[in-house]
Formats: sequence, structure tokens, C-alpha cells
Amino acid sequence: MSDAALREPWEDLHRQREAARLGMWVFLATEVLFFGGLFLGYSAMRVAHPAAFAEAARETRFWFGSANLALLMTSSATMTVAVRGARAGFAGMARWCLLMTALIGIGFIAVKGVEYHLDLDDGLWPGPGFALGMAPGQIFWGFYWVMTGIHAVHLTIGIVLVLRLALLSWRGLIGLRDNPQMPVVGLYWHFVDIVWMCLYPLLYLVGRT
Amino acid sequence: MTDAALGRVPREFRRSYLGEGSTLLSWLTTTDHKRIAILYAITITVFFFIGGAAIGIVRLELMTPQADVVSADTYNRLFTMHGVIMVWFFLVPSIPTTFGNFLLPLMIGAPDMAFPRLNLLSWYVALLAGVIAIVAIVTGVGDTGWTFYTPLSTEYATGHVAWTALAIFVMGFSSIATGINFIATTHMLRAPGMTWFRLPLFVWAMYAVSIVMVLATPVLAITLLLVMVERVLGLPIFESTLGGDPLLFQHLFWFYSHPAVYIMILPAMGVASEVIPCFARRRVFGYAFMVYAMIAIAGIGFMVWGHHMFVSGQSNFANLVFSFLSFVVAVPSAIKVFNWTATLYRGQITFEAAMLYALGFVGLFALGGVTGLMLACVPIDIHVTDTYFVVAHFHYIMVGGTVSAFFAGLHYWWPKITGRLYPESWARFAAILMFFGFNFTFFPQFILGYLGMPRRYQVYPPEFQAYHVMSSMGASVLAAAYLLPLGYLMWSLFWGRKAGDNPWGATGLEWQTSSPPPKRNFLATPRVMAGPYEYHPAEESPEAAGAPMSREPHRSQGGGA
Repeated sequence: MSDAALREPWEDLHRQREAARLGMWVFLATEVLFFGGLFLGYSAMRVAHPAAFAEAARETRFWFGSANLALLMTSSATMTVAVRGARAGFAGMARWCLLMTALIGIGFIAVKGVEYHLDLDDGLWPGPGFALGMAPGQIFWGFYWVMTGIHAVHLTIGIVLVLRLALLSWRGLIGLRDNPQMPVVGLYWHFVDIVWMCLYPLLYLVGRT
Repeated sequence: MTDAALGRVPREFRRSYLGEGSTLLSWLTTTDHKRIAILYAITITVFFFIGGAAIGIVRLELMTPQADVVSADTYNRLFTMHGVIMVWFFLVPSIPTTFGNFLLPLMIGAPDMAFPRLNLLSWYVALLAGVIAIVAIVTGVGDTGWTFYTPLSTEYATGHVAWTALAIFVMGFSSIATGINFIATTHMLRAPGMTWFRLPLFVWAMYAVSIVMVLATPVLAITLLLVMVERVLGLPIFESTLGGDPLLFQHLFWFYSHPAVYIMILPAMGVASEVIPCFARRRVFGYAFMVYAMIAIAGIGFMVWGHHMFVSGQSNFANLVFSFLSFVVAVPSAIKVFNWTATLYRGQITFEAAMLYALGFVGLFALGGVTGLMLACVPIDIHVTDTYFVVAHFHYIMVGGTVSAFFAGLHYWWPKITGRLYPESWARFAAILMFFGFNFTFFPQFILGYLGMPRRYQVYPPEFQAYHVMSSMGASVLAAAYLLPLGYLMWSLFWGRKAGDNPWGATGLEWQTSSPPPKRNFLATPRVMAGPYEYHPAEESPEAAGAPMSREPHRSQGGGA
């Protein structure tokens, strides 16, 4: 089963795993710079309009954001158990934990969807009918939608990757123990989690200090 | 490799990569880095000629001071198209995706890239981006210039700005995938004995450029995404009437687009560092410093973006710092120019076409670099901002530098890639024609710019006409010089002489396998015993090591001996 994971041009799986991890770390460096551009823009605008940002940020839904933070932190725990468990040979536990991780991720998206719906009902989409009216507050909400939207896209990709591993493993098509995809997907998942940990204070706590 | 060793290897392992299947499907589903390099080469050649055609019409328009060939709107679209296509669909992918893909595994003694399927995926992503770009062009490309400045791009521009931006956004993923692949391959797949400081400088160049690609491209991606979001969804980010800041866009854009200049020039430096030692029969001068210089360029290149914004109203202090750092980044570039020159010193130089292109590269790059220093001086920059002086400067770097080096590499490695020799006299003629055509086109633009001709203008005062006519005539010479290789290289595919494994008597692992190489590159994993560029002393030369005596062996240096 372990041989199935070995691919060209590698001669042994250990080295292939190492390369996959290195590749993912480099990709995460890319992602840091990608979100870094957003954080820079947000910071510059917040420095320029601190009061308006605080006021606009008070309109975000604290409990939704906090619930989602709790969900994602939990999912990172189950993801870690899946990766470590698979490595230690507990294939069944790894599978269940993968499934749980994906389900929690879907839960996050569901909460976020309800939150988006309420936001739209309250007229928080910037533009002519914007509820708050204040000029720079619209920029805060511009960043809110872009940042949470991009995060949701990342999380959706993560859910697909995790579900794929769980299903392939259930059907016996791949082994999880030596599979280079396990640590790689794990790294990606934790990264998406960490992004939310950075977004949460910027979007939900700024107006509430 | 001896015949006895070859005799034990099954025939299918010895077959060249070109013989591994000739159907279209076998090419479109290949994960062989050499075939992917060919796919990329075809793709970027198409884009090169699309971008060239666009600027051809612009140069035709500029023959007279009045507007007489195209409308003002079309003119704006044409130079935008030229910039967008040439920067993102030719220059950025040019050397890395073709020679980088083909040679990186060969040079480090690996059978393939670390992630072959990701490599193929990156080509499909590039193809998708290209299709989006072509759709945007056909239906009316954005007219913002390649820089997408806000609020022009978010509010006022009329063309398909969002589609144009989307094409570049998608292309970015291809760059990032290539960068990740190169980094992982260099770290994980070097042959036994291939230590970091035995890597050929081309591999170092690919490594340095990958770092810049991986760290700079995502910033462009997010910047263009924000422009698209603002333009299409109406979410205000840079909107100044609401308190947003267009300068924020410029900072983000140039944070990518200045390092992007190094994405374009670092690979060119790598090519020159291979070609010049080979045809001078000299060890490259100051190998370690060449490596440090490339890493320094990749690093410092991230800290100079503000020199594109000297007249944007940023503080004088920021101007001062960015000006200083721009001078600093010139130091490693100068080290490289001095080292190439010193490599030639007392070499036994022969002027094959590849060498002519490489020498042209060094000269034109030096001129582009020195004018870059002029632009790094705030007072001069204020005088020539947004003039043809800037246009001439960056064309000396990107066309004189990168495109010359691209052709140097193309001729140098053509025998390895195809197994055929190109016709030398035609190639030398094209190289010289390109050098003169280039200078004929762009040197007048330095003068034009210094006299005050702004870039991106269709209509201009009649006193500038002489220079514009010169430039346009040079452009037609240049166009002929670009078409020539297309002709004789195609000819050589069918009627060129067989090349043999190592026609230039070059060092480097890529020359130790057959031409064209077999699918897995080497029949046995090579073992590396020494550093690169062992062109002398004589007992270490490739001739002494058993390579065919196609060239004069190296004579001892100095003392008239």
C-alpha cells in the first residue's frame, strides 16, 4: 500500500514526503504574502481612519465570528490527531478525524453563510444603499467582504482536500500512514485556521475595545 | 559514459525524450520536464509575436506627429496589450519555464522535477490565462497601461480591465507553481556530490528567481484581485471619495512589479554565466561572488519599489531611502558585469552565435543598468519621469538584456534540446542584426525622453519626429532579426547537422547525456566530483576527460607560454 503513494521521480517515500512538505511550506510562504497584501491594505486604511473603522467594526456579529473561531480551532485539533494518528498506524481513527475535520469546516461555512445573510439584510454591502453611510466605514466593510470571502474560498478548498483523503482511504484506494498528502493537507488546514485567528481580532474585536 | 556501460541499458531507456510518443495526446499529457519546456516554448513564442505585433502598429503610428493609423482609444489598448503580453506572458515565464524547465533537472543530475504533475498543471494554468488574455484582447483589452493604476482602472477605463487583470491573476498561479517546483527540485533532487557550491550559476539563477516569484507574485495577485473586486463588485478599497488611497495600490503593485524586473533579469544572468565561460574557455571569475550577487539582487530587489513613486507625493525621506537602496541593488549587478568581463580576460574566445548574443547581453545590460542609476537619482528622475527615457531604460534591461540572453540560451542549448546544429552563419548574422536593430530602436528613445517626450502619447510635437522615425525604422530591423531565428531554427530541425552530445566542449551535467536526452535524463545517476566550469587547467578540461577534441585545448595563462 505504501508503494502506491510513491511517484516519479522519487526513489523512496521518505524523501518524497520531505519534498512534499517543503513544497507546501514554500506555498504557505506565498499565501502569507497573499494575505499580507490584504493585511497591509487594512492596516494602512485603519491608521488613516481609526474612528470610522472602530465604529464600522462594531456592526460585525461578534458571536458568529467567535463561534467560528472556536469551530476552526477545534478542527485544527482533529486535523492534528488525524495526521499524527495516521503516522502512528491508527488508520481508523485518522479517517474519522479527517471526516470530523471536514464536517467542522462545513459547519464554519454554514455559520458564515447565515452571518452573510444577516449582514446583507442589514444593508452592510458597501454602495449607494449602505446602512452606515459613513464614508471610510465603507472601506472597512469592503475589506470585511474581501477578507472573509477569500478565507472562505481557502477553507472550501481545504474541505475538499480533507474529504477526498477520507473517502479515498475509506474505499481502500490510498494508505494514510506514509502518504505525503497527509502532512501537506494538515499544514494547509492549519494555515487556513491561523488566517482566521488573524482576521478575527481585525474584524470582530477592533470596535469593541 | 563508455559504450560498455551503455550496452547494458535496455533500449527503451536510451530512446530520446522526443521519441517517447509523437501523438498530440502524448504531448498534452506528458509530465516530462523536457516536453513541458517545449510546450511552454511554443506558447510564449505565440505571445511574443502577438505582443510584438501590437507594438509594431504603435511604432507605425508614431512615424508621424499626428494621429493617422489608429484611434486614440485603440492606441491606448495597443500599448496596454503590448505591455501586458510582453511582461506576463513572455518575459516573466520566458527563460524559467523553457530553459529552466528543460535544464534544471539535467544540470543537477535529476530524472525530473520534484513535482512533475504540478509542472504540467502550471502549463495548463498558463494556457488558461493565455486564453483569457486573448479573449480580453479580441473583445477590447483594458486601456490602462500595464500598470493598472487606480482610479483609472477601477472607475474610468472603458475596456475589459477586469478580464485583463484576471488573465494576469491566473498566470500568477503558473509562476508560483513553477517557483515551488524549482525550489523543491534544487533542494531535494541534486545528484550525489552536487553540493550547493558546485551548482552551475544557471541553477542558482533559477533558485533565486524562484524565491522572488514565490514571494512577489502573490502580492500582485491580491492587488489585482482588489482592483477586480472594486471594479466588478463595487467594494471600495482604493476609492478616494470614500477615504481610500490610490497610492496604496501603487505601493502594492510595485512591491511585485519591481521584483518582477529581477524575475526577468536573473534568469538572463544565469544564461550569460553559462555561455560566456564556455566560449571563453575560462572558469567563471569569482563563482562564489556570482552566487552571492544573485541572492543579494533577489533580496534587495524587494526593498526598492518606492523608486517608481518619486513623484507620487510620498515623503522626501521615503524618496531618499528608496533612492539609496536602488543604488545598493546596483552593486551586485555591477559585480556580475565585472565578473563576466573578467571571465573573458585571457580567455580563448570564439564568437559562435550564442557568444555574440551573450556579449550583446552584457553590454546592453550594462547600459540599461547605468541609466537605471540615473533614474535612481531623485532629481534626474523627476525630470524624466514618464518619458521615453524610462521606456528606453527598461527596454535595455528587458529586451537588450533578457531577450538577448534568451536567444543566447536558445542557440547554446538548441543542440541539446533538438539534437541538431543550427546554421552558424545565419545565426551570427541574426545576432548582429538584433544588436544593431535593438540600439537603433531604443537609443533614440533615451534622447527623446531627455528632451521631454512623454510615454504613451499618440500625438507629439513635430520636433520629435526624427527620433521617432529612427526608432520605428530600428523596430522593423529588430522585427526581421526576431523572425530570422524562427526560420533557420525550424530549418535545422529537419536539415541541421546532427549535434553529438557535447558540440561546444562544455562542462556541466547536461552535456554528459545524449542529445536529445533520454526520458529519464541519465542512464545512471551521475556522480559529481568537482565544481562547475572546469575549463582549465588543461588536465581538468573536458577534452582531457575524453570529450571529443572539437576545439583547441586550453593553453596555460600568462608568460607568453
